[in-house]
Amino acid sequence: MIKILEPGLYSSIQDEGREGFQKYGVPFSGSMDSKSSNFANSLLNNPKNAAVIEATQFGPKILFNVSTYISITGGDMNPLINNKKVSMNKAVNINKGDILKLGHSKNGLRSYIAIKDGIKSELSLGSRSYYKGISSKFKLEKGDEFKIISFNKKLNSFSKIFLKNTHESKYILVFKGPEYNNLSINEKNFLLNDSFTISNENNRMAYKLKEKLKNKLKSIITSPVLPGTVQLTPGGEIIILMKDCQVTGGYPRIFQLNEESINHIAQKKTNDIVKFKIV
Amino acid sequence: MKSKEFELSFFLYNKKSILIEWPKIISENILEDILNFSNKLSKSKTIHSRINGYNSLLIIYKLNIKSLEKEIINLKNLYKNKLRNLSINNKNWRIPVCYETKYAPDISYISRKLNLSIKEIIKIHSFKKYKLFFIGFLPGFLYLGKLDDKLKLPRKINPSINYNAGSVGIAENQTGIYPDVSPGGWNIIGNSPVCFFDPSHEQPCFAKSGDLIEFYPISEKEYNLIKQKSKNNLNYINELND
Repeated sequence: MIKILEPGLYSSIQDEGREGFQKYGVPFSGSMDSKSSNFANSLLNNPKNAAVIEATQFGPKILFNVSTYISITGGDMNPLINNKKVSMNKAVNINKGDILKLGHSKNGLRSYIAIKDGIKSELSLGSRSYYKGISSKFKLEKGDEFKIISFNKKLNSFSKIFLKNTHESKYILVFKGPEYNNLSINEKNFLLNDSFTISNENNRMAYKLKEKLKNKLKSIITSPVLPGTVQLTPGGEIIILMKDCQVTGGYPRIFQLNEESINHIAQKKTNDIVKFKIV
Repeated sequence: MKSKEFELSFFLYNKKSILIEWPKIISENILEDILNFSNKLSKSKTIHSRINGYNSLLIIYKLNIKSLEKEIINLKNLYKNKLRNLSINNKNWRIPVCYETKYAPDISYISRKLNLSIKEIIKIHSFKKYKLFFIGFLPGFLYLGKLDDKLKLPRKINPSINYNAGSVGIAENQTGIYPDVSPGGWNIIGNSPVCFFDPSHEQPCFAKSGDLIEFYPISEKEYNLIKQKSKNNLNYINELND
């Protein structure tokens, strides 16, 4: 069992998300930076879909009631066990009664905490990923308790792997979206040559950019969208859809981020600068 | 089997997905053609999932697409192959709606705007069987059409922050139901007491694309009765299945 002593700013349980329910209007959800959460699981030899904690900007404080192994990846929130610094990107032993505490992120925005064999929280439509209206909770709260297994054997894990930190690059790699070719040359030039700023409206559903692009694109007949789809509204707002986005939308789709770039932008925070680059 | 074929366009959406678009119109014929085609793909071992809109179908593959050209040829051949058409079991649902002003915050405005009495609005809205085009926007939000031209209105310029769960809205040639508390921009003409989305069910929404939906007016008393019975389960709607 683990107990949440402090939830942090916005922490949730995530796994690989919900697939196959989009025909009922159910979002994909799942870890925003799936590369980091997969890495955290692989350090513990966990199955790929083991549930992890996704912390945002300011991490949680967690009491462990059993001994096991954990790993922390993604943004660096200066993790401590019983107030002693603990390595990231490495399987770490944690004992019964220990307290894990994450602070403010120094780089990146989202940190992932994996636990040996995963967090055994509620399954809803085949996934443990939190989403309001589908899971009974949408973020961690003080006092929440989750089942985990106790693991006292020696873990045959990789030693610390050096994971190249890709959060720093400002380039976001995209494919042309279905409505990209309806843009004028000037509009295309603006999108590909200018830099853009992440606005403070950024969350698991979408990232809105500060800069606007006046345009005359017609709305489209409501059509499917995916995480990573970049929409351009009639008001000129540029919106990057993320893991909790709707399954359909009516705004023109100008770009589609590749998977790597979805993980990448998930580590970007308010006022970070990005540039689009077509692959 | 229908012999009409549409001009399709194919677009690589990302490494794993292809978007197919039908002519840019909202029509039941196009929806049927999309669903027929989508149904033919249901047995494919390489396809992970399929999501449809009014005039589009997004196919998500399990693995990266190696050759777009080859895949498009496969899809085109399958589209043309009428022998492979499978019958789709479309259902017919009757949904109770309370149109009383208390549950219909915009109905008086619509009545003035369209110069129709509230009675006429209810009659027009509940007279027709609507095609369920797809579920989107929110889990369990049914996009239904086509709404009678007499009720055609644009979306609100300023969306509302909070619609009640069950709010029945109209916008342009569409009607639909907000399954949960939500911000929204459609004009609300009633409220349905039944549950449209229950994540504890393997099939969380009773209806699917292609089904037919009709609304029938109920009183506030009936509304409360059904609301009690249908709390958190879909059984009540199943009873309404024709």
